[in-house]
Amino acid sequence: MPPILAAMLLLACATVGLWRIWRGPTSVDRMLGAEQLSTLAIAILLLLGTRLAQPALVDVALLFGLLAAVATATFVTRTWTRLHEAQRRPEEAEGD
Amino acid sequence: MTEGLALIAPWLIAAGVLFFMAGALGLWRFPDVYSRLHALTKADNLGLGLLCLGLACQAASVSAALKILLVWGLVLVASSIGATLMASTALARGLRPRTRRGSRDS
Amino acid sequence: MSTFIIGFDLLLGAGLLWLAWQALFHPKPFAAVVHFMAFGLVMALVWVRLEALDIALAEAAIGTGVTGALLLAALGRLPNGATPRLALRPWQRPPVALALGVVLLLGLWLAWVAWQLPRPGLSAEVTAALPESGVRHPVTAVLLNLRALDTMLELAVMLGAVWLVWSLGPELRPYAPATALPGLPALTRLLHPLFLMVPAYLLWRGSHAPGGAFPAGAVLGAGGVLLLLADAVPWMQRPDRQPLLRLLLSTGLVLFLGLALGGLLLTGTFFAIPVAIAALAILVVEVAAALSIALMLMACYLYGEPGR
Repeated sequence: MPPILAAMLLLACATVGLWRIWRGPTSVDRMLGAEQLSTLAIAILLLLGTRLAQPALVDVALLFGLLAAVATATFVTRTWTRLHEAQRRPEEAEGD
Repeated sequence: MTEGLALIAPWLIAAGVLFFMAGALGLWRFPDVYSRLHALTKADNLGLGLLCLGLACQAASVSAALKILLVWGLVLVASSIGATLMASTALARGLRPRTRRGSRDS
Repeated sequence: MSTFIIGFDLLLGAGLLWLAWQALFHPKPFAAVVHFMAFGLVMALVWVRLEALDIALAEAAIGTGVTGALLLAALGRLPNGATPRLALRPWQRPPVALALGVVLLLGLWLAWVAWQLPRPGLSAEVTAALPESGVRHPVTAVLLNLRALDTMLELAVMLGAVWLVWSLGPELRPYAPATALPGLPALTRLLHPLFLMVPAYLLWRGSHAPGGAFPAGAVLGAGGVLLLLADAVPWMQRPDRQPLLRLLLSTGLVLFLGLALGGLLLTGTFFAIPVAIAALAILVVEVAAALSIALMLMACYLYGEPGR
C-alpha cells in the first residue's frame, strides 16, 4: 500500500474521532476521540516521514505520544474530580 | 533478507490501516463508553504496531527503525495506562457499564 | 500521486476549520477544550505539510500538550453546569463593534503588508550569515544569534505570565480525583526517562536540525506537569525553597541578558556574540532557557503563588 494512500485512509478514520469529540455524549467519549486523533496523527506522521524522507517527523510523532499521556492524566486528576461529582445529581452524570 | 522485508512491509502497513479502521468503527458504533474505550485502545495500538513494523522494515538504518519502534512502545505504555485511568474514573463517577441487551446506554 | 497529496491537504484544511469553529462556538466548555486540543494536533500536521518542522515541534509540545492540559485543569476549577452566554448591554454594543472593526482593519492591513514583503524573504541573508552564527541550523541561528533580542523578550513575556498567574493569590490546592488511581505513579515512572531524554535530544539536535530550546523546554515542562499531577515535586510548594525556585525561573532570562551585555562589552554592540565562543554561548543559553521554560510552565500550572 503506498504511504500516501494509507495516510488518506487514516484521515478518513479521523472523521469518526472528530464526530465523537463533537457528539460526546460523556466527557470520556470526547477524550477518546482526541486520543484516537493523536494516535492517527502519529501514524500519519510516521507514514509521511518515510514518504517525504524526513526523519525529523518521527520526533514530532514522539512528542504527540508523550503529550497525549499528559492530557489523559490531567483529565482524570484535575477535570473530572470529586468536586464535580458532588455538585451534580447522578442522573446527570452522563454529561460533562 | 532485506528484499524479503521490503516485500512484506506494504502488507504490514495495509494490515495496520485495517486495524485502525476497525478501531474507528468501534468508536463510532459501540453502545457504551467502556466498549468504545476497549475497542479503540486495543485496535488502534495493534494497528499502530503493525504500521510501525512495516515502516521499520522500510527504514534506512537500524537506528531509524528502532526509533520508530520506540514511538510504538511509548504509545503502548501511555494509552494502555491512560485507558485504565479513564475507565476507573468513569466507573467512580457513576457511569454504569451496559450489562444486557436493551438496557440503557449510560 | 499528486492528486492524493492535494486531497490529503484539502481534508486537513477542512478539519482544521471545523475544529477551530467548534473550539470557539461549542456550547459545552469541555467539548470546546477537547476541540482545541485536537486543533493543535491537526495544526502540527499542517505545519509539517508546510515544511516548517520547527513550528510543528513547538505546536505539538506547547499547543497540544501543555496548553491543553492547562485548559483542562482550569475547567476542573469552573463551577459545574451551564455557563451563561455572553450578553451585551445596549450601550456596550457600539464600542465592541468599533473594537472588532479596528481589529479586522488591522488584520487586513497586516495581511497587505505581509503580501508586499519582498520575496523570497531573508533566507539568502540568513544563509550568508550562518558560518558566523556558531550553529548550522538556520532557525536556531535566527532565534539565538541573529534575532536573539526577540527570543529574550519572549522569555520575558513568559516570566510576566508566571508573575500574573502568581499574583492571583496563593496556590490552589487540587481537588481529589474521583477515585484512587494506582496507574498514575506507574505512568509517571515509566514515561519519565523519555521526558528527560527527549528534551536533551531536541536541544542537541537544535544546532543542526529542527529542535531547540522551546520544544525541549515544553516537553520538559510537560513531564514536570505529569510529576505535579502525581504529587512528586513537593519542593516547589515548600516555603524555604522559594528563593531557589525564583532563581531557576529567571535563569534563562538572566543568562540571555548577560550574553547581551557581554557582547556589548566585548564588541561594542548589544547582543553581538563573538564568533569564537558563539557555539558554546548558544548551547549554555539554550540549556538555561529550556530549564526556565519548563519551570515556568510548571509554575503556571500551580494557579497561584506557591509557599504562602
